[in-house]
Amino acid sequence: MSARPHTTGYRGDRLWLAAMVHRVSGVLLAAFLPLHFLVLGLALEGEAQLDGFLHWTKSPLVKFAETGLVLLLAIHLLGGIRLLVIENMPWREGQKRMATLAAAAAVGIAGIFLIALL
Amino acid sequence: MSGAAETMIDVRVWRGAGEGEYQAFTVPRRDSQTVLDVVTWIQRHADPTLAYRFACRVGVCGSCAMTVNGRPRWTCRTHVSKVIEDGRLEIGPLANLPVIRDLAADMAPFFDKWQKAEGTFVPSRTRHEPLERISPESAERQAADAAIECINCGVCYAACDTVRWSPDYFGPAALNRSWSLVNDVRDAGNLERLAAAASNGGCHNCHSHQSCEQLCPKGLNPTASIAGLKRRTMQAYIRGEIT
Ligand code: SF4
Ligand code: SF4
Ligand code: FES
Repeated sequence: MSARPHTTGYRGDRLWLAAMVHRVSGVLLAAFLPLHFLVLGLALEGEAQLDGFLHWTKSPLVKFAETGLVLLLAIHLLGGIRLLVIENMPWREGQKRMATLAAAAAVGIAGIFLIALL
Repeated sequence: MSGAAETMIDVRVWRGAGEGEYQAFTVPRRDSQTVLDVVTWIQRHADPTLAYRFACRVGVCGSCAMTVNGRPRWTCRTHVSKVIEDGRLEIGPLANLPVIRDLAADMAPFFDKWQKAEGTFVPSRTRHEPLERISPESAERQAADAAIECINCGVCYAACDTVRWSPDYFGPAALNRSWSLVNDVRDAGNLERLAAAASNGGCHNCHSHQSCEQLCPKGLNPTASIAGLKRRTMQAYIRGEIT
């Protein structure tokens, strides 16, 4: 026996996914912010602390994490531009294609960043 | 056609109100069969107590919308061939509305919000004045026409996660109607309408998910209409016309 009818089959459709990926990227970026401020705060405590931390950031694991961060930023930026276009410009067809392009571009940007970093 | 050679569809139909369960039926497959045909077959041949709603059967009245395999659809014009998955159909009531019984959702909240969004025409002339001449080519009329063919089926309302998450949100259909009237030069109620559109339940709730636009059976675009309202309410606010 199921208590409620199933009514969310549209979730997972491409434009719905685009909206959710955009939203999750925002949440993750917001979660990262305190960490970012913490590192900036290290600079106030003296050069040695900051240098120590920056040295640690050269490790491959951190580089990988940084790439993830760039990916999130690119997703959120391109997703935001996509919304601005939808809401402020004359309507254009091919919304699904636009969402896919934005996703591909975000992955591309993160890829270039990773290659440049290695 | 002999019984043995018939292709059958496995149909699961929601029974009950808020609490309930799916009930299984086996329904013969027909050419050009619609989902409403399937529901009607069940009611005529398997269980006459099945509650559902329809009237015109040709996509005009907007009363037959249900959830079919997870997505809201107008059932009278949704061919089984378009939505069937692995020989199966799961049919339930429209989402985001109270269920009266089985497949009949209570549309009252949907229409209440239509009123809250000031979705009724406010005449600027009396019947004693001459008819206003409107050019069908004018930009305003074309914007009004683009949103006007709504049949109040509630499909967009059931597909909108923002309605699901914030029960006060007017939803795509009411705001699409509002946008049609905002562009109607004969209407005299725009200040109240824009104030309603900018209120708590109004257009600024919309996240432009576009599920409404993807599923509207009339091919309307509530997302674009709501985007228009977002811009127009902002202009009205900057001009001090609404607070
Ligand atoms: S575009 Fe707006 S109204 Fe349409 S489904 Fe998305 S949130 Fe709801
Ligand atoms: S906008 Fe489309 S989906 Fe929504 S009620 Fe009107 S016709 Fe139905
Ligand atoms: S029965 Fe009238 S629109 Fe489907």
